[in-house]
Amino acid sequence: MKSGYIGAAVNRVDGYLKVRGEAKYAAEYQAEQLCYGVVVSSSIAKGKIKTLDASKALALDGVLQVFSHENRTSLPWFDRSYKDEDQPPGSPFRPFYSNEIQFNMQPIALVVAESFELARYAATLIDVEYKAVDFNADFLNSQEKAYEAKKGKSGWKPPKSRGNASKALKHADVLVEATYFHPAEHHNPLELHASTVVVEADDTFTVYDKTQGVFNSQQYLMNIFGLSKAEVHVKAPYIGGAFGSGLRPQYQLFMAFMAAKALKRSVRVVLTRQQMFSFGHRPMTTQQLSLAASSKGKLVGIKHEAIAETSQFEEYTENVVNWSGMLYDCPDVDLSYKLLKLDTYTPLDMRAPGGATGVYAFEAAIDELACKAGVDPLQFRLLNYAEQEQNEKLPFSSKELKACYAIAADKFGWARRNPIPGQLREGDNLLGVGMATGVWEAQQQQVMAKAKLSPDGQLVVSCGTADIGTGTYTVMSQIAAETLGLPIEDVSFLLGDSDLPMAPLQGGSWTASSVGPAVLSVCEGLKEKLLKEAAGLPHSGFKGAKVEEVLFKDGMLCLKGDPSVQLSIAALMKQRNLAILEHQTASMPDPKQSQYGKYTHSAVFVEVKVDAELGNVQVSRVVVAVAAGRILNPKTARSQVLGGVVWGISMALEEESVMDKQYGRFINHDLAEYHVAVNADVHDIEVIFVEEEDDVINPLGVKGLGEIGIVGVPAAISNAIYNATGKRLRALPFTLDKLLE
Amino acid sequence: METEKYNNTPQEPTISLTVNGQMHTLKVEPWVSLLDALRDHLQLTGTKKGCDHGQCGACTVLVDGKRINACMTLAIMRDGAEITTVEGLSQGQDLHPLQQAFIDHDAFQCGYCTPGQLCSAIGLMQEGKAKTLAEVQDLMSGNICRCAAYSNINAAICEVMGIENRGGSL
Repeated sequence: MKSGYIGAAVNRVDGYLKVRGEAKYAAEYQAEQLCYGVVVSSSIAKGKIKTLDASKALALDGVLQVFSHENRTSLPWFDRSYKDEDQPPGSPFRPFYSNEIQFNMQPIALVVAESFELARYAATLIDVEYKAVDFNADFLNSQEKAYEAKKGKSGWKPPKSRGNASKALKHADVLVEATYFHPAEHHNPLELHASTVVVEADDTFTVYDKTQGVFNSQQYLMNIFGLSKAEVHVKAPYIGGAFGSGLRPQYQLFMAFMAAKALKRSVRVVLTRQQMFSFGHRPMTTQQLSLAASSKGKLVGIKHEAIAETSQFEEYTENVVNWSGMLYDCPDVDLSYKLLKLDTYTPLDMRAPGGATGVYAFEAAIDELACKAGVDPLQFRLLNYAEQEQNEKLPFSSKELKACYAIAADKFGWARRNPIPGQLREGDNLLGVGMATGVWEAQQQQVMAKAKLSPDGQLVVSCGTADIGTGTYTVMSQIAAETLGLPIEDVSFLLGDSDLPMAPLQGGSWTASSVGPAVLSVCEGLKEKLLKEAAGLPHSGFKGAKVEEVLFKDGMLCLKGDPSVQLSIAALMKQRNLAILEHQTASMPDPKQSQYGKYTHSAVFVEVKVDAELGNVQVSRVVVAVAAGRILNPKTARSQVLGGVVWGISMALEEESVMDKQYGRFINHDLAEYHVAVNADVHDIEVIFVEEEDDVINPLGVKGLGEIGIVGVPAAISNAIYNATGKRLRALPFTLDKLLE
Repeated sequence: METEKYNNTPQEPTISLTVNGQMHTLKVEPWVSLLDALRDHLQLTGTKKGCDHGQCGACTVLVDGKRINACMTLAIMRDGAEITTVEGLSQGQDLHPLQQAFIDHDAFQCGYCTPGQLCSAIGLMQEGKAKTLAEVQDLMSGNICRCAAYSNINAAICEVMGIENRGGSL
């Protein structure tokens, strides 16, 4: 395909609306007689509600209703009625189902009033008496209760061991054994989870929801409330970040809908920032690693065991240890992944779920092993480079990781690294450098798309996918504009509406690589249709021409072999008397993909400055090279990787949801106490895209970029801290207290 | 007793706010924050709510030329004030240079923190304290961007302010 828009640094097409405050998010839709719901959260972790007295709230003029398990509308019994597309095995949480409390901050009531302020005040008047029972929220002190995960959620692969790792570890020249800890983390998108449910004049519902999948929310509501597709429309044209928090329908959706249906009034429910810590998080994980190498730095044995938390009611699983089996060439590998049930809410996919966790520990341990063997960590990785995918022994569809290493190392100046830790000082700071590998899966899902062309040359392409800030609107407009040879100004891409053609959840870095091919395919289909119409015109000169013989450019069709034969789309449609030309297709992965290992790779190099007296760490420089197939838009792609790298910095140095074991609650549940990277934490970051061709992955050769940016960064920072200080920190986040110990 | 307290509060006071050059007279209860007054009473939803506790900066607006968190002030405390929100930055269809710079430098992804970043940066320029990139970074650190477009936000601000930006961007 000749490059025009695809691969160009096009500005975000939704930018104009976003900088003017005109992009509307879930809590920003108005409706006649809109009322407001405020959620009351449980203050105990486990037990039963003995009494819930709402009388003081209900006595207030303007309070419309208080919903709870006591007066909820009839709800289905079966777990399957509450299922969603990102659900782990188990029994999903059902709001208001009974008086049982399963986790702290469980939503137990919804106060609905004429104004937000009144609902908020009335929510403080709900008197609840509990019967609390013993619970366990102590992850580190109940590790012996962990059990081997047998089944998992969609996308989970039981880890595969090979060879005899124990034997290899026993006889190795160099051995590293270490335990790593990873705390719980929360997504904290800046937009609060919110749903506005509008009751339409015909008694149907239009739901504006903060979700990464409109069909997921729609199906959830249909199943629970017994409604048809025609009765519930879900829209999410703009989403203020999500990072995984919108992969499952969150409870504000259920509550706003139940209230709207019961009251026959439009209702908005917005969670508080505190309540954003009450559903789903990246799970606490402990990882035990034993790695062995020959004295020359050849990996001979890997043992990686992880224990991750889940809830009592669902078995949330991630691919944590699998990466350790696939990344390097090693004959003997022993992998294990266990779950530990706590009385907390179920964890939830958060940017690079499993990968951010597992690759952190593994790549930190690899650095320990390389340093112990006296081999340069980059050289060590090259010595053990995997030419094929190691878990399944499949060829890679493409893997330009060597180029990533070479280009990033050169840009970074890795050759100047001093292998002896603690040698470089700049004022009060110790300087150190570190590197790590990043990896993530490249996947394609089945997607449908529709395209409509009008006689004035305006093209509307639609698909019910999402844009959580990833740039979907922009890159899909680019693909459509280039394929049909139209100016991008004449193309609109519609998404985030359950009336549009079916798309999967936006997640797993698969949107560009799944929706992209569908947009390409539907526009190719339109080209065929246009050519057929042109060929049908008497004396048009297109009769018998094949689509590859025709150039679509600037709103024209033109024979490549005879440029004098040309016709504008507008003239064609007018002459054929077409009011609209429409096409719909489904695109799905080619079965041959299963014969390949499909991954995105990165090489991350970082420099840190550690205050020798105070122990605070600054990531002063990052160079990351990414091999992710074809880059549709280097501007938005760079931003996505930049964001991922900053997430890695934030994960390494700041983020930790602290569980109070006494109450079973995350105690630092706001943005003052839960730290995320702010502007002043971010310094020089250079993002490089390495050329990588891939004709297996999908017709566009695109791999996706949502997760790869974060993976590898925490390990590189950990390794740089060692180089700066000689200290091996093995518990995230690397706060100053750990450096002062 | 609580019920009585609520019902016995004074009548909703009438206040006037000049928002983006337009005078609005509105009746708001004393406990309505400026943020909720803008979003729910005036339907100016460009100003965002991210925490309601002054911890994220998404609700930053300019009040009498100074940047503040609209969630941390009550509407009645701003009776008679001149307020500029993101909706007031453009001249009709023409963008403020900073808005254009945000688009050109891809200074946002999801766009939710963007109105606050823009108002905060304009407040910063009017304060006249930031002369270097490091000072811009420090003085913009009250505005969280969870998508982490910070490097691009700084590139946009530095371009408009004529400050050298060693961070580089596309």
